[in-house]
Amino acid sequence: MSLQLDFPAVLERWPSFLGGAALTLELAAFATVLGALFGTLAAVGRGSRSPLIAGACKVYVETIRNTPLLVQIFLVYFGLASLGLKFSAFTVAVAALTINVGAYTAEIMRAGFEAIPRGQIEAAEGLALSRLQIYWHIILLPAIEKVYPALTSQFVLLMLASSVCSQISAEELTAVANYIQSDTYRAFETYIIVAVLYVILSLVMRAGFWGLGLVLFPRRRRLGTPL
Amino acid sequence: MQQNLSSSDPIVSLRDVQKSFGPLRVLDGVSFAVERGEVLALIGRSGSGKSTALRCIDRFEKVDGGEIVVCGHRVDRPDVDLRALRQDVGIVFQSYNLFPHLTIEQNITLAPCAVKGMATSRARDLARKVLAQVGLEEKLHAYPEQLSGGQQQRAAIARSLAMQPKVMLFDEVTSALDPELTAEVLKVIEQLAADGMTMVMVTHEMGFAKGIADRIVFMHRGKVHETGPASILTSPTTPELTQFVGTGNLKS
Ligand SMILES: Nc1ncnc2c1ncn2[C@@H]1O[C@H](COP(=O)(O)OP(=O)(O)O)[C@@H](O)[C@H]1O
Ligand SMILES: [Mg+2]
Repeated sequence: MSLQLDFPAVLERWPSFLGGAALTLELAAFATVLGALFGTLAAVGRGSRSPLIAGACKVYVETIRNTPLLVQIFLVYFGLASLGLKFSAFTVAVAALTINVGAYTAEIMRAGFEAIPRGQIEAAEGLALSRLQIYWHIILLPAIEKVYPALTSQFVLLMLASSVCSQISAEELTAVANYIQSDTYRAFETYIIVAVLYVILSLVMRAGFWGLGLVLFPRRRRLGTPL
Repeated sequence: MQQNLSSSDPIVSLRDVQKSFGPLRVLDGVSFAVERGEVLALIGRSGSGKSTALRCIDRFEKVDGGEIVVCGHRVDRPDVDLRALRQDVGIVFQSYNLFPHLTIEQNITLAPCAVKGMATSRARDLARKVLAQVGLEEKLHAYPEQLSGGQQQRAAIARSLAMQPKVMLFDEVTSALDPELTAEVLKVIEQLAADGMTMVMVTHEMGFAKGIADRIVFMHRGKVHETGPASILTSPTTPELTQFVGTGNLKS
């Protein structure tokens, strides 16, 4: 048995690879920003005094965390279609990924909120801050800081998991690879390149989160405490 | 609800306050009053209900019965305006509770800006002023974790002062500190008293209470067991207070 690799045959399709990688990164960026917002709201909702809101948030989080991403994507894709609504594959993918990562974000942020000592909140209440002001000024950043590694890993995982969006023909990296390997009959080479590109994308995201951490947590920068 | 407050009304008054945690009756008909400019020291054994009484004043606990009036706010009523109440009352806890992600300056300016809508530049001037009051001007831009316990507690006092409260509540604010740091915090509180601040403080520092308090409230099993001027510490009338001050609590 001999292994014959022909990378040039595949690499000449580099503009397609780059386009796919760019789209994957774009998908991840949208879903990260929207999912962070959505998930944080759901985490706040789970602590709501209204049992209806708290219950709805819990059902959402548990449903998403106990179903496969691909099924969620199909549900959004065919659900919207059966309502007669037409959206691009990209929009559907962003929506499904947001819903998915939002649930994980909610769970992680809830742990972050719970790690804030009761005394912090009492001190803020004693200063006459409102509930909203307390969440915004006192709880949010320290909570994010406490779960930052878990949270950012989740967003990197989301980027990797976005490869299943190839199933609804969003032109992201894995979808592009599928076309290329069926054109070139060079499947192994194609997926080696794709794997390398995913590693690079992961590193890009991790570097981005590291930089964001410097901006979000100036105390750590000043005191030199690593995350 | 804010009633019209005449200058002769007490700043804080509790009348027959009842409070239970489940089956545990923690406050069993507590009454006392604090006049403007007065310093009241709440003393008593651990578990006698001192913290609970103090927390009821700022409505961190809801009372089951009785009446609490603080700066004209009916604190025992369900419709009390909490944010108005807490602008009139400053509270400092044993565990400082500075906000760790904010500098000392930001800790101090947050509430005046967010609650009172004060302009940032004015709030910064105010931060300098209150920090000078507690002797910490040079820590303006430090983070809480860069300060010693005593400094953190003084910064927490400054943060409360920046809201210009009409009364300050202190709950064993020196209990977590060693004697040297305790002294620097007590000095700050002494200065506040000298400046005429109305204060209610739970303390185990009997020597300090004796020196600074206009009135002592000795709590025992959820009741005000004995009360009077600071001299009751040296000549107690009840056997319980006699025993309490006798067990080495009265240091000078
Ligand atoms: N939130 C609470 N839930 C249940 N029990 C409490 C709570 N707060 C205080 N207690 C109980 O009430 C009693 C009085 O507590 P506290 O007012 O803190 O006493 P002190 O400050 O005099 O030591 C104690 O037995 C304490 O365990
Ligand atoms: Mg106590």
